[in-house]
Amino acid sequence: MAVVARPIPDRAPELEITQTQADVTRDVADTLGRASTGYLLLLGGAIALFLAGLLTFLILVKDGLGHAGYNPPIFWAVFITTFVFWIGIGHAGTLISAILFLFRSPWRTAVYRSTEAMTVFAVMTAALFPIIHIGRQWIFYWLLPYPNQRWLWPNFKSPLLWDVFAISTYFTVSTVFLVFGLIPDVAAVRDKVTGWRRIVYTLASAGWQGTDNQWRHYTRAYLYLAALATPLVLSVHSVVSWDFAVSIVPAWHGTIFAPYFVAGAIYSGLGMVLTLIIPLRRALGIEQMITKYHFDNLAKLTLLTGSILFYSYGMEYFVAWYSGNTFEQTTFFRRPFGSMWWAGWTMIICNAFVSQLLWFRKIRTNLTALFVISIFINIGMWFERFVIIVSSLSNDYIPWAWSDMNPTWADWGILAGSFGWFGMWFLLFAKSFPIVAIQEIKEMIPMPRKRGGGGHH
Amino acid sequence: MARPKSSRQPGVLASFIHVDAAVDAIRSLRARGHRNLVVYTAFPNHEIEEALDQPVSLVRLFTLIGGLTGCAAGFGMTIWMSFDWPLLVGGKTMSSVPAYVAIAFELTVLLGALITVAAVAGLTLLGHRRGAAYDPQFSDDRIGVFVPSGADQLAPVEQLLRSAGAVEVRHEAA
Repeated sequence: MAVVARPIPDRAPELEITQTQADVTRDVADTLGRASTGYLLLLGGAIALFLAGLLTFLILVKDGLGHAGYNPPIFWAVFITTFVFWIGIGHAGTLISAILFLFRSPWRTAVYRSTEAMTVFAVMTAALFPIIHIGRQWIFYWLLPYPNQRWLWPNFKSPLLWDVFAISTYFTVSTVFLVFGLIPDVAAVRDKVTGWRRIVYTLASAGWQGTDNQWRHYTRAYLYLAALATPLVLSVHSVVSWDFAVSIVPAWHGTIFAPYFVAGAIYSGLGMVLTLIIPLRRALGIEQMITKYHFDNLAKLTLLTGSILFYSYGMEYFVAWYSGNTFEQTTFFRRPFGSMWWAGWTMIICNAFVSQLLWFRKIRTNLTALFVISIFINIGMWFERFVIIVSSLSNDYIPWAWSDMNPTWADWGILAGSFGWFGMWFLLFAKSFPIVAIQEIKEMIPMPRKRGGGGHH
Repeated sequence: MARPKSSRQPGVLASFIHVDAAVDAIRSLRARGHRNLVVYTAFPNHEIEEALDQPVSLVRLFTLIGGLTGCAAGFGMTIWMSFDWPLLVGGKTMSSVPAYVAIAFELTVLLGALITVAAVAGLTLLGHRRGAAYDPQFSDDRIGVFVPSGADQLAPVEQLLRSAGAVEVRHEAA
């Protein structure tokens, strides 16, 4: 964007783009339109998973939540785990699109559009889960403050209400940010295509022509949207962490929860970014735009957040021991050695240890290795939330009430459905809108000059 | 260049490959009193921005207004609703402002962002020059300059644009 991302004079050679501006428009416009068989198979698979989830949901609506693995005293289980998981996924997208924009980090340009789309669809997925979880889904609007005949208002002192505001704001603002950033690119595609697609893109480009008047307001506004999204993303997972930390359940009531959750969210989101982009760049033929250089940087961020997570895990155990509090100590002892030891170890190995492999440059630039690691991250971060939520609830203050929780077909059905729902939207987006930011890439290519220097003409 | 159908304003439309050529043209046009140019670029460019010498966008004012409105609405709503439906628990204060910071913050961001986007729409429409000619190349790699001008001005303006380095120039009839 004009206001901040001035070309950096001594930038890394990896960033030197060998294409011309016209190449960029053509290459990105070529990713749209006719779909390959592989794409259609993936899309079909995603829709099938989504339909399986939808069917599970309809059975839950008909019969009630009893099908899911809720078991006293565990009334927050797989649905809340999956809610936190998907919200966390979104965070890496906003980090890359807004925070790295403010930090003038040039490598974000090639990847930010896809990560921003990931954010919107991940939050869209996450937002379904509190509604699935509440049981009587048809009265979910009781969560909102609206004038009603009972003359009552929701309790704003509850972090759950803060979360309603945090999630709906996050969803709205990241959608606005994505759509706003798309407008000039949609206009560029509009001028390349013909027929009915031209009509669709003309409507979607909202009259964009790239006039000086439009850019003057647009670039400023983009800067402010990034500046608003930056504290927003940090606040959202902090509020999610307070859903837990404000209560006095053992292993939830910790002051480190907000930064611990935000780091975990970004870590999990980066895992999902890698899982999505590594196959996507090959499928869309944009390897020359998203290069090893970008993956190296993504991997460094993953290593950073993974290490913060490692530290937080260690600190949790240290504080549990140092507190001298029996309940706290018991909960943390039972994580690796209790009845759900498998979940505890999955979390620690996948998150704290696997991320440490990224110290090696060879691994950071090996896409196969990165893809495998990213799958471990996805699994590990889902289990982290499962462990935090279920293990704390399963053994709280009264030992006779202790119990275990075993997820059922309904839990897995909804979880699978969420991946289908997310995948479906992401795949549809990738074929319909420019998945690489055309105008920001063009901005990094030096303009041709009649008085020598720059340009490729 | 393909002729677009809806060119209503008479003038000269020039297309540039070189950014310094476009900047030269803009500067000399402005020096000769052509103030209401329309410059098209596929991405924002500082040199062109500087040559046009326009004031900073007013959008920031609307972002501020939106943010402050959201913040006030957040605290206002939560505090008012606490007293409207009073729940006295353990003698604690009826409205606990620290707990409402989260909601006020979220609404600050929400209204700040929404009003920013609305302001871009409004300000862009206000500054829009109706009927200025456009060409699809301008969203690709060309820089476009449209100079609204009467019939007597067409020839000198074209001459100026060509000598600055325009690669294509065409006249737009009313």
